[in-house]
Amino acid sequence: MTKTAVSTTINGDAAEFLCETGETLLDVLRDRLDLTGSKEGCGTGDCGACSVMLDGRLVCSCLVLGVEAQGRAVETIEGMAEGETLHPLQQKFLEHAALQCGVCTPGFLVAAKALLEVNDDPSESQVRYWLAGNLCRCTGYDKIVRAVLDTAKDMRSARA
Amino acid sequence: MIKTKFKLVGTRPLRPDGVDKVTGRARFGADISAPGMLHALILRSPHAHARIKSIDTSRAEKLPGVKAVVTRDDFKLPEREDLVDICRNVMAREKALYDGHAVAAVAAVSKTVAREALKRIQVEYQVLPHVTDVDAAMKPRAPILHKGMRTIGAEPAAKKDSNVAQIHTFGHGDVVKGFAKADIIIERSFKTEATHQGYIEPHACLATYGADDRADLWCCTQGHYMVRNACAGLLGMEVSHLRVTASEIGGGFGGKTTVFIEPVALALSRKAGKPVKLVMSRDEVFRASGPTSSSSTDVKIGITKKGKITAAQAILRYQGGAFPGSPVQFGAMTGFAPYDLENVHTVGYDVVANRPKQAAYRAPGAPLAAFAIESVIDELAHKIGMDPLEFRLKNAAREGTKSSYGPTFGPIGLEATLKESKKHPHHLAPLGPNQGRGVACGFWFNFGGQTSVSLNIGEDGTVSVVEGNPDIGGSRASMCLMAAEELGVPYEKVRTVIADTASLGYNEVTDGSRVTFAVGMATIKAARQAIAIMCERAAKIWDIPAEAVVWEDGCAKPAGSNAGNFKPMTLAEIAGSAGSTGGPISGHSEATADGAGVSFATHMVDVEVDPDTGKVTVLRYTVFQDAGKAIHPAYVEGQFQGGAAQGVGWAINEEYIYGEDGRLQNPGFLDYRIPVASDLPMIDTVILEIPNPGHPYGVRGVGETSIVPPLAAIANAVSEAAGVRLTHLPMSPPRVLKAMMENGKGAA
Repeated sequence: MTKTAVSTTINGDAAEFLCETGETLLDVLRDRLDLTGSKEGCGTGDCGACSVMLDGRLVCSCLVLGVEAQGRAVETIEGMAEGETLHPLQQKFLEHAALQCGVCTPGFLVAAKALLEVNDDPSESQVRYWLAGNLCRCTGYDKIVRAVLDTAKDMRSARA
Repeated sequence: MIKTKFKLVGTRPLRPDGVDKVTGRARFGADISAPGMLHALILRSPHAHARIKSIDTSRAEKLPGVKAVVTRDDFKLPEREDLVDICRNVMAREKALYDGHAVAAVAAVSKTVAREALKRIQVEYQVLPHVTDVDAAMKPRAPILHKGMRTIGAEPAAKKDSNVAQIHTFGHGDVVKGFAKADIIIERSFKTEATHQGYIEPHACLATYGADDRADLWCCTQGHYMVRNACAGLLGMEVSHLRVTASEIGGGFGGKTTVFIEPVALALSRKAGKPVKLVMSRDEVFRASGPTSSSSTDVKIGITKKGKITAAQAILRYQGGAFPGSPVQFGAMTGFAPYDLENVHTVGYDVVANRPKQAAYRAPGAPLAAFAIESVIDELAHKIGMDPLEFRLKNAAREGTKSSYGPTFGPIGLEATLKESKKHPHHLAPLGPNQGRGVACGFWFNFGGQTSVSLNIGEDGTVSVVEGNPDIGGSRASMCLMAAEELGVPYEKVRTVIADTASLGYNEVTDGSRVTFAVGMATIKAARQAIAIMCERAAKIWDIPAEAVVWEDGCAKPAGSNAGNFKPMTLAEIAGSAGSTGGPISGHSEATADGAGVSFATHMVDVEVDPDTGKVTVLRYTVFQDAGKAIHPAYVEGQFQGGAAQGVGWAINEEYIYGEDGRLQNPGFLDYRIPVASDLPMIDTVILEIPNPGHPYGVRGVGETSIVPPLAAIANAVSEAAGVRLTHLPMSPPRVLKAMMENGKGAA
């Protein structure tokens, strides 16, 4: 099958890959670029486990074609920590025990980071609705919501 | 003797696998590849019930890039009786028994080629009449799934083929006499629809089968020893020739306690001579893994005017999909377990129907029975004007109660959960219009089972705990805590790893809420053995008897008449000199863990019912549960919260919907909607600690009990809010609205 060459930026670095036109961005990330942090829970955009940022917009990478990454910037869970320093959300997820099995965690972190970039003082309800596109079956969301609210609070006081 | 004073146990350190999981580094089932790997896909029956007259794979095999095709002809029916149904479920033989039943599989150089190959497989079906409903499957003229299946336990003995595989009965006393003594008797019938565990990670595996008949298998499972055993049996291998490594597991809740795709991947790899990766799609997970039973239950309970139960009876019917083995037995055993009953009788019918073979789901069978029974208990309490908590307290099982399923209870925490809920602010908070509050109790046995643990003291004084149970909810943190507690070293000095099947003795599946109990106990025993060796080494160095050395605060210390004569040696010092004192230091425990402690919970929930639409909103939720001893309280809370949330989904939303054609109508997360963050409130938890005498620290399993009460608690709350008793789950808006309209309650 003929493949298309794609040039893109992933987590700040230039990246090139060949993919079939029907391949999703998620397939490309996982199978061609070994970035397996984004997970496939459904393949239909319902679970959010494959959440990534595409040109600053939160998307399900299973609903984006690999070829659509041409000339754009992709951010994945692998780019969230800076070297050995975890992003505050990653740290708070650990402190609040906001994960059990952890398979939904990358998607939640990417989505929560996107929330805090547009709203640094969300209400509990705003957090719950923003994260309604990410499914977690282990935690009942309680500790996830607390972790996000606590991160927002810390980030605000760090700025104040 | 149960230890009660702790330095580390009961604290909340960060989980050892945490950084891997927040950075995307953790490797789950589908996250691994191998050089030269092929991609596999499975062809599945579109029919609920059909004779497979022929399968022609020749056109698929001729497609360039296809390296192997397997069908029923590649799986010999095993001699081992326990594997026969698994074999038939893994690959259909004479008949396809449900929509989604595997019929053939291919391995090819790419997913694209594999997809094309599936289209080229020609299967000739003779479609047969089907049945998916439990009550319909029990009717005399229902389509029979298995020719020759006679009901086990029928009296008189069954003479005709039936979809009822087995009848189970439990109880004691004389319910006829008991009902004669009752002032009030309520009898009700209930139905529940099948649900799915809904783990976010689909089943995935990578199989590598060599020409030397040795194989390696990587997969997401709750029990890699179980996978080894089943796959070896199905492929005719010796177990030691198959090494299984468990990946990180993205949820299971019981659904990953059997095999589906693993034997298929191995068979493909054997045929192709290359590694084969096989990953289920979400559609396949819904159609062809192991959802729960659906059920139909009749409950009859009699009480005196003062609220004492005189007799209790339940008839439960669970369809468990296309093969026998529904958890109706557990339903029949657990439903009345919270009560001290003189006269109790339960009958459970294990029924087959044209649906995927059910698998365990968190306290399998118990939530369905609790829904029916706790609904009638609630109605009786209201009928005599007694607080439902008070009513339960009056009839509660206690230490010494002969349980409804036979054994007599030791120390149990049911009363403690009821008393705690009575005085909790939640119980006293006011309710608004269209709101209701429900409570319910739940019970689960918990399990121990075969367990192997090795604990290795590193040469620098750090510690490795090697265990064989996939960590599904933070159990490695608990093992590190228990090892560190025993050894007297910091938590961070211990690392717990999950070994492959070649590296440890047998371990039962991560199920039955057994891991923190059984693996924890084995870890403690292994640590104590290592401590004994370290004391011997110190004694050797000091040239005093080993009995004259004690272990305190992570050090060997001379005791008795030698006390103070030598400077205590730290674990690190002893480890560092191990080479000259006798060699490596390890502790082991290989045993069957007896003494699992049962666990009880009481749940309290407030809901609001929209009188215009019938939509139920959960406003407040509190879980009260006995944990025996919470090793890592944050993850105990997590189990309580997760069980409650899954219960909310089961109670008000989740449902397998089959069409007239016997096909599953909603095999995706859009139409099978599990609770999302905006559907739920915070879930409060109260951990009670009534120690289990069977564990050195008093641990009881906590993972499963938490899903037993919610279905009933929510039904009781909705019934109060709607002004009408809801008897059919899920309580989806149409069903609630219909019940309200029929009783003149709805606003529309």
